[in-house]
Amino acid sequence: MIPSFPFLKKKSLDHAGNVFLPSRRDFLKIGSLAGGGLLLGVSFQCTTKAQSQAFVPNVYLSISPDNTVTIIAHRSEMGQGIRTSLPMIVADEMGADWSQVRIVQAEGDESKYGNQNTDGSFSVRMFYEPMRKAGATARHLLIKAAAQEWGVDAAACVAENSTVIHSESGRSLTFGALANAAQQLELPDQDTLELKEFSSYKLIGKDTPIIDLKDFVTGKAVFGADVNLPGMKIAVIQRTPVVGATITEYDASEALAIPGVLQVVKISGSGNPPGLTKPLEGLAVIADNTWAAIKGRKALQITWDLGDNASYDSKAQLETMKQSTLEDGMIRRERGDFNQAKQGAAQVIERTYEAPFYAHGTIEPPAAIAQFVEGKMEIWAPTQHPQWARDSVAEACSLSADDVRVNVTLLGGAFGRKSKPDYVVEAAMLAKETGLPIRVQWTREDDLHHDFFHSHSMQRIRATIDADKNLTGWNHHTVFPAIGATSDANELHPSDGELGLGCIDFPYEVPHIRIETHESKAHTRIGWMRSVSNIHHAFAICSMMDEVAEAVGKDPVQFALDMLADDKALDFDGEIKGEFGNYGESLEDYPWETTRLKNVIRRVAQESGWGKSLPSGTAMGFAVHKSFLTYVACVVELMRDDSGEITIPVVHYAVDCGIAVNTDRVRSQFEGGAIFGTSIANTSAITLKDGKVEQNNFDGYQLVRMPQSPKKIHVHIIESNRKPTGVGEPPVPPLAPALANAYYKLTGSRVYALPFKL
Amino acid sequence: MATYELTINGKQYQVDAEEDMPLLWVLRDLLDMKGTKFGCGQALCGACTVMLGDSAVRSCTLPVSAVGSGAVTTIEGLSENGDHPLQKAWIEHIVPQCGYCQSGQIMNAAALLKNNPTPSEDEIDQAMAGNLCRCGTYNRIKEAIFTAAT
Ligand code: FES
Ligand code: FES
Repeated sequence: MIPSFPFLKKKSLDHAGNVFLPSRRDFLKIGSLAGGGLLLGVSFQCTTKAQSQAFVPNVYLSISPDNTVTIIAHRSEMGQGIRTSLPMIVADEMGADWSQVRIVQAEGDESKYGNQNTDGSFSVRMFYEPMRKAGATARHLLIKAAAQEWGVDAAACVAENSTVIHSESGRSLTFGALANAAQQLELPDQDTLELKEFSSYKLIGKDTPIIDLKDFVTGKAVFGADVNLPGMKIAVIQRTPVVGATITEYDASEALAIPGVLQVVKISGSGNPPGLTKPLEGLAVIADNTWAAIKGRKALQITWDLGDNASYDSKAQLETMKQSTLEDGMIRRERGDFNQAKQGAAQVIERTYEAPFYAHGTIEPPAAIAQFVEGKMEIWAPTQHPQWARDSVAEACSLSADDVRVNVTLLGGAFGRKSKPDYVVEAAMLAKETGLPIRVQWTREDDLHHDFFHSHSMQRIRATIDADKNLTGWNHHTVFPAIGATSDANELHPSDGELGLGCIDFPYEVPHIRIETHESKAHTRIGWMRSVSNIHHAFAICSMMDEVAEAVGKDPVQFALDMLADDKALDFDGEIKGEFGNYGESLEDYPWETTRLKNVIRRVAQESGWGKSLPSGTAMGFAVHKSFLTYVACVVELMRDDSGEITIPVVHYAVDCGIAVNTDRVRSQFEGGAIFGTSIANTSAITLKDGKVEQNNFDGYQLVRMPQSPKKIHVHIIESNRKPTGVGEPPVPPLAPALANAYYKLTGSRVYALPFKL
Repeated sequence: MATYELTINGKQYQVDAEEDMPLLWVLRDLLDMKGTKFGCGQALCGACTVMLGDSAVRSCTLPVSAVGSGAVTTIEGLSENGDHPLQKAWIEHIVPQCGYCQSGQIMNAAALLKNNPTPSEDEIDQAMAGNLCRCGTYNRIKEAIFTAAT
């Protein structure tokens, strides 16, 4: 069986949502909101079996008599601005004064908040409608309360700046003053609820500053490691140098002799396969402070049984993977008959594309705090997926999930790394074992050695061109250790889910298509990183399309437009062998539209001045790639100075993400995505030798710094009234191939392996 | 273990610490000042940047015993009310994404402007090259420094 991975599982949503007035008991349940006023719950199910689920609210919204509007943010904030974007939808729809809105971070609790997994660029996509409905319900109740109070027609009242106004009579009352009366009213009918016109929004569709701004610039924002508990001790762990290794013996006496070191505790590891939720085997040094724990760890003497992965060499595996792509693979999509295209071809272009393992390299290394008191575990952690953390902790510590509480702090970057709860489980196990409040602190070395890496990959593409210069056949082989292999050693092929990320949905009108996969094993932990397999798939496909365009004598932008042919919704009818995930959405709700892809291509060409003559020493490259239901085209410009140094003066993106809820955060995600993509293209790579990661810190695993990063990043957002789609991940995939294609224009050298030096 | 007298954000502190303990952990673990962040521990990312006198230093590799009588300024002490020109410019340009690297970025920029009140783009690039931002906020950082410098 080929698994799909968590964030691609179908989670079709009851978009209608349900808004309701919780009982007095609910007021008490969420203590921070107690004290009178109006409280609304919003419930929307992240499951296909809505009826069988208990009716539970996901988000609470309250108005207290002092006129404060409180909105619970149930998604994790990691730099994408979601703590701002979702509450501001509610606030804008209800007419609240944004400066009087307070945002409270929800703990991890599925029974209260539904699925909180913040991953797969879907927060805004899923919650746009329900948030609007919640806001509209509140507005309706407040206006009705005011109208009753004044004995006027509700239709003559408006709500703005947290005040209901009846302009005819000049009367007004604040939301706070109306809150108690509003709580007594019947809920409006959800189906006929009137939502505001898009044009009347004051926050949605605008540049709305993020709510944590002031805390960020004054050092007050609380990230994982910033939580301090009385009596808390610090644990630094020496983990297996090779995945699956075990400790045969150890001597902790030197470590214990270091001032401040208190205890050394063994953590039994998961063995092989390592799994996505479990800690690696290791020895934890527990000390009064972080520095003592770091020094203590250095002094440990450990003998390891290195196990099955001790001879693993990632370079050698890539070579084996490359050979495998010469064979027939498992066919995953077939249209026409590629062999026929090959026989009739005037030219066959055959290339391989290689990409390395990547580490997430969040500047905040993983950290988690746990306290175990009277059978109850309380956690503070920067986690993308508090419920998975909660369940994993419960399992590892033999507790019921009800006895585990996970508080979500701000995340100092995540990019998929902090979905995995291994570091949270470590803290919980140590807290339980020692009875002490514990912070597990990962160092940078720990982070790079023990990440869940973006998989390295090898691809071979054969493109056939006939005598009339038509692209007639496309044969794409892709091989990479799958995410599923981290939990199940029998997962040897990429899953349907991974292929659905920019490979199997090759959108161009080519008569003969064959897409194949090959076997490879995972010898380290594989996970998902910002845009996942779209990264390597887009690199290969957009690079090859550029090369084919040249071979048929066409401009690459024109070639892409021509190959998309007519406006249509793609359904890959019967061609895909497994399931096409479409990011968890149906093709009816979110069709694959070539029109929208062509739109972003034309827009980026126009904005970048594509086709204009460029001064010598400069060149432009183009790539287009849809991911996470968002359409993106990218042009990268390169410049070589007299000394031969190459820099990136400009990147242009055109993006169609439906309604852009917070335009500033859409742009910032693309700015950051361009730089993230530049690291992928030019500087970063993880390699393993003798089963061990060879890079130790940011000297070995390089990220782009200010001087190498693109100097200007222009983001052109297509105006749209379509459903909003995600923007966290889609900027990343097209950057590397656009950069590689520009590099070819500038230097005459094609790029077939990442990373490549400028 | 020795006792050190430190001047941090204009106040005197007395700490008992091992002499090789980096200032970063003195601030974070012993004084509970969490604004200064840990990113690499090897002077490679800049997350831990504070000012010693008028210079930016990486507190993760500066042993407490080497701090001496110099005045340490951390993000908490850059301004009383969060209204240093750089903090205002950071807010105006909505610089942060996750926010984690930003204490270090701001402190590094503060030292830059102390020593060079009107830096060129190249000078900013060079001065800020030691501060990583994985979220990719470099261009807004640069714009904010320009704004604060004028
Ligand atoms: S933590 Fe000091 S430079 Fe990275
Ligand atoms: S804002 Fe996230 S690392 Fe800089």
